[in-house]
Amino acid sequence: MLKSFKIGGVHPAENKLSAQKAIEVLPLPKSVFIPVGQHIGAPAEAIVQKGDQVKVGQLIAKSSGFVSANIHSSVSGTVKKVETGPDTSGYPKKGIYIDVEGDIWDEKIDSSPELNSEITLDAIAILAKIQDAGIVGLGGATFPTHVKLVPPKGMKADVLLINGVECEPYLTSDHRMMLEHTEELIVGVQLLMKALNVTKAAIGIENNKPDAISKIIKIAYAHSNISVVPLKVKYPQGGEKQLIKAVTGREISSGALPISVGAVVTNIATTFAVYEAVQKNKPLFERVVTVTGKSLKNPSNFKTRIGTSIGELIEAAGGLPENCGKIINGGPMMGKAVTNTEIPVTKGTSGILMMPETEAKRGEIMPCIRCSRCVSVCPMGLEPFLLMTVSEKQIWERAESERIMDCIECGSCSYTCPANRPLLDYIRLGKGKVGTIMRNRKQ
Amino acid sequence: MSTIIIYTILTLSIIGVLSAIILYFVAQKFKVYEDPRIDLVEAALPGANCGGCGYAGCRAFADACVGKGELADLFCPVGGNDTMSGVADILGIEAIKKDPRTAVVRCNGTCEHRPKTNIFDGAMSCAVAASLYSGDTGCQYGCLGCGDCVTSCDFDAIHMNPETGLPEVDDDKCVACGACVKACPKTLIELRKKGPKDRKIFVSCRNMDKGAVARKSCSVACIGCNKCEKECKYDAITIANNLAYIDSDKCKLCRKCVPVCPTNAIIELNFPPRKITVSDEATVETAKPIVKAPDQTTAEAKAESSEN
Repeated sequence: MLKSFKIGGVHPAENKLSAQKAIEVLPLPKSVFIPVGQHIGAPAEAIVQKGDQVKVGQLIAKSSGFVSANIHSSVSGTVKKVETGPDTSGYPKKGIYIDVEGDIWDEKIDSSPELNSEITLDAIAILAKIQDAGIVGLGGATFPTHVKLVPPKGMKADVLLINGVECEPYLTSDHRMMLEHTEELIVGVQLLMKALNVTKAAIGIENNKPDAISKIIKIAYAHSNISVVPLKVKYPQGGEKQLIKAVTGREISSGALPISVGAVVTNIATTFAVYEAVQKNKPLFERVVTVTGKSLKNPSNFKTRIGTSIGELIEAAGGLPENCGKIINGGPMMGKAVTNTEIPVTKGTSGILMMPETEAKRGEIMPCIRCSRCVSVCPMGLEPFLLMTVSEKQIWERAESERIMDCIECGSCSYTCPANRPLLDYIRLGKGKVGTIMRNRKQ
Repeated sequence: MSTIIIYTILTLSIIGVLSAIILYFVAQKFKVYEDPRIDLVEAALPGANCGGCGYAGCRAFADACVGKGELADLFCPVGGNDTMSGVADILGIEAIKKDPRTAVVRCNGTCEHRPKTNIFDGAMSCAVAASLYSGDTGCQYGCLGCGDCVTSCDFDAIHMNPETGLPEVDDDKCVACGACVKACPKTLIELRKKGPKDRKIFVSCRNMDKGAVARKSCSVACIGCNKCEKECKYDAITIANNLAYIDSDKCKLCRKCVPVCPTNAIIELNFPPRKITVSDEATVETAKPIVKAPDQTTAEAKAESSEN
């Protein structure tokens, strides 16, 4: 029997419409808007000014702390202005506007497509390269990778897990990456193992991607310390804690980090970015984005420069469908609806999903019927209906004691609720409040 | 048979008397002295338990009044000066007089002035909406219209106007407890001095964007043009972050700032309709049409609805 995590989980319709579409390179945009805060932690500080000439891969915003990341230019051209611009949240965020002129790459970058599998650097040099390249978790959480790879004092990693689960419906960017860049990925895994000083790595892939599993097994066969673990299809298997449980069987206690059980998880796209940063000197300035939707003409996987507006991706995939009711940045389960198409692709953008009106609209909210489906699907073993009620009534002490902070916001509860209750909306609100209370208490 | 009944009654009576004696002494031993004035003060308070004074309820407030021995920073907004002078009499100290206040909503972005750019489909709660994104219009500072202020009000004093999509305060019912001020995630509601006959002048906008940006998202947004600041003779208006603010303590309710506002962001409430008189001519010349201004009608409508 295939492995999976033990409690909860749902199985939404997969809808992997673009799974058979090879990664295409999106034509260069005319201008880009690169936000300085594309990661969890302090936003980077812009080091370019209006009128500066920049090259592709040039550092344009410097990391401003330990939990922060560098930002590099994704295009060559002139800096138009450093100002606020559109963001998924609707609140303007600071960033750098660049007008594109030609495509001149920084000389240090090796832009040849040849595989470079020779690992010459030691762990410290690898970590430095990852940090310089501004790599963050590309699965969506955008946590700076160099921070993740340095365990806190007294903790030691013993296994590296690569997240090739891609459990979100519709999204296929990691799937295509595994098929088209398998060799590079394996080198990336070896680099990460060396940086972490661990002897074994496992790549977890759900068995709805049999082509990716067989291809990776074929190539990883030469490396006895890298194993491939096919997993049963279940959402949210791509969650760090769920993946660790599924692959290693280890359970992380409430409030603890994955490193407490000796595991470090990185995503497929991140692993590829690590390969490019270390072996090709290429900073993180482009990523693969799935543009998809049931009524979209041509669902595709685009290799996109960071800062391109999502409107251009939609145009390239056949234009906005007439019956589109909602555009989602990310997947249907955890993504966020956007309010306009000017928002840029950032490091955390894994997909753009256009939902038809009929599916986008939420049902009428009805009273809770105590069916406890939300409890049975919660992968963290929480009681979502209760968390929602205490958040609604603003009983924050109870919310904290019911472990609201353990919620991974996977949305399985809202997905499964037959009364259409906005469970996650309120839980997220409660998490925000309880998080603030806990931080204030510590100070 | 009868002896059993007699014995039972006797035993129970003895146990009862003994317990009473024990309890009497225990009660004497563990007696907690409570200032009798606390009860008196509590009785003098409105008993709304709204928390507007900053304490958990009326009892806690009464406790604090007696405990502190002075009323410097203690004030019951519901009872107002009358209640507080009553409390002061009980305690034999001097009461602090405060101007009565009332809540005002500082957003005038009706559907007509502030077109919607998207539809919010989540839980009907401003707190939830604000935690997700900036709002369903182009203005990130404006009212979200989900009615958290309405739910928070214990006095039925604030209601959504279905036509404008904005909350409206009923001045007669509002006790300035501040519950709606806390509930609004956009900090749109402010407690302002209750002028004579409930007359109020305030800038009904919180948009801190630059003029052009603000105007683009809402036609009645304050654009920070400084016109009202120049017009005010009493230094009551200050401009900060592209936004004007009228200090209700300094404002003399002369209404001179209202017509000069190019976006009609300044609202006057509960005033009689303006007459164009000879003495006002100078103002009229410089100002735009006053009587026909779109917001004038809203302001009057508001005034009417609160009078009814």
